[in-house]
Amino acid sequence: MRTVLTVLRKDLLLELRGFETLPAMVLFAIVTFVIFHFGLNQDTIDGQLAAGVLTVTLLFAAMLGINRLFVAEREQGGFDAFLLAPVDRSALLVAKATALFLFLVVLEVIAVPAFGLLLLGPSLGPPLLGLIAVLLLGDVALAVIGTLVSAIAVQTRARDLIGPIIGLPLLLPALIGMARGAGPLLAAHGSTSPPARWVAILALYDVVFALLSYAVFDFLLED
Amino acid sequence: MSLGAVFAVAPALPLHSAGKYVAGAYIVFVAILLIYVGIMATRLSRTERELAELRRDVEAQRAARDADREREPVA
Amino acid sequence: MTTYGRGLRGLSLAAAATITAALALTFFYAPLDANQGFIQKIFYLHVPLAITALCGFVFGGVLGAMYLRTGDRKWDIRSYVAIHMALIFGIGTLLTGTIWAKASWGHWWVWSDPTLTSFLIVMLLFATYQPLRFSIEDPERQSRYAAVFAVVAGAFVPLNFIAVRAAQAYVHPRVLTLTGGNLPGAMRLTFLVSLVGIVLLYVTLWKYEMAAKATRMQVRALRRTLLGEDSVAPLKRSAAPS
Repeated sequence: MRTVLTVLRKDLLLELRGFETLPAMVLFAIVTFVIFHFGLNQDTIDGQLAAGVLTVTLLFAAMLGINRLFVAEREQGGFDAFLLAPVDRSALLVAKATALFLFLVVLEVIAVPAFGLLLLGPSLGPPLLGLIAVLLLGDVALAVIGTLVSAIAVQTRARDLIGPIIGLPLLLPALIGMARGAGPLLAAHGSTSPPARWVAILALYDVVFALLSYAVFDFLLED
Repeated sequence: MSLGAVFAVAPALPLHSAGKYVAGAYIVFVAILLIYVGIMATRLSRTERELAELRRDVEAQRAARDADREREPVA
Repeated sequence: MTTYGRGLRGLSLAAAATITAALALTFFYAPLDANQGFIQKIFYLHVPLAITALCGFVFGGVLGAMYLRTGDRKWDIRSYVAIHMALIFGIGTLLTGTIWAKASWGHWWVWSDPTLTSFLIVMLLFATYQPLRFSIEDPERQSRYAAVFAVVAGAFVPLNFIAVRAAQAYVHPRVLTLTGGNLPGAMRLTFLVSLVGIVLLYVTLWKYEMAAKATRMQVRALRRTLLGEDSVAPLKRSAAPS
């Protein structure tokens, strides 16, 4: 547990000191909203279309963060240092996934209101809690799969390419869950609570892949 | 003659409409299978060639060693 | 090293016989479907291919787990071949599926079909298996990472189906439900025979491929033993385990 907190603290400090990844993710998300405005030629969108646009944008912004997650470890020997330390190896997974999750939460704190301002038709107020629930569950999926895929990709030669092509299909069920869960929430006179079925699917996905990633992560770190 | 018997028993194949799709599907299946068999045949002949080379090289090495041994002066 | 060729002849004869029987049943015995008519005959080819491909992927995941557990390279080769074969069967599934879609609903692709869509997602995922392997040069690391991928992707298969099925309207003919299926007797028999035939075909081809690979590796090893290290040309970088 302490290992997790130490590595987490290191990653958060690194990000705070040299603001690289998070601002890029936020900027990317906002620019993507603008692109969608022009691409779809709509002033406001709502309902399932809005949920889809939001989910896809968050996904691709997350990809930016995922690509960079282990780069510092790889380039500065962090992997070796971690392997030498007498700690549980899966702690790296938990720490990195938590860092990525926190990045995603910060991203959403900025991007979702931006979305509400720029593109969304209906107001964000009533469905906010439901939306937060759906997004948080989705973030867990993004964080877990993102960390796993990033750890695989960082050791290959085609680093930036392998991550997304493996991660995107793996994330599809979670994305379906996020988009379909948020759809009714963002509709013009939509509900304030997300459909239970999608929350259940997201939760199931999160649990299964968190456990699975925890089980296999050790094998990725062996030398 | 047996072919005629087969056709007598066979159901009327609606080749003008749906039949071509069904035929297409089964042809795709057979084609994939045949392509795979072809690839394996190529690999098999390559392995046979490697084996022949190996045999030839071993023979050559053995012949060379025997020749050396004969040439060695008896101490 | 285990010999994969043993029993291969019997297995391939069994596969050939079963597939021939399945074809005969399909065209001479199974009744015409009330809704779809003759088109429905594709079902006896498409669905067994799909089931076998998916099981093949999961099988590949299990074999990958065995490699992670034992570290013995032979499990990695088995996993690789299983996934490779499942990919080929999967391509067959997608092709026969689009033909069926075109014949039934007039479009080459229908998004509203959850099974075909889930299958596409699974194929997109496993299509990255070889690029992943190819991009890792160190053979041991390649095997290890490929095994991790196989395990995660194998677990993904059932989850993906659940998610996509929940997402879409039930347009795909839901012939196989969890309660065992609502096929009438004659159709069910034909389907089962087709399924067994395709599964036997998969196993046969898997063994066949393993035998070919193992033989090649043994020739190399023999050459190395008999003629010394440098007589063997180093293998080029490849996605396949050697």
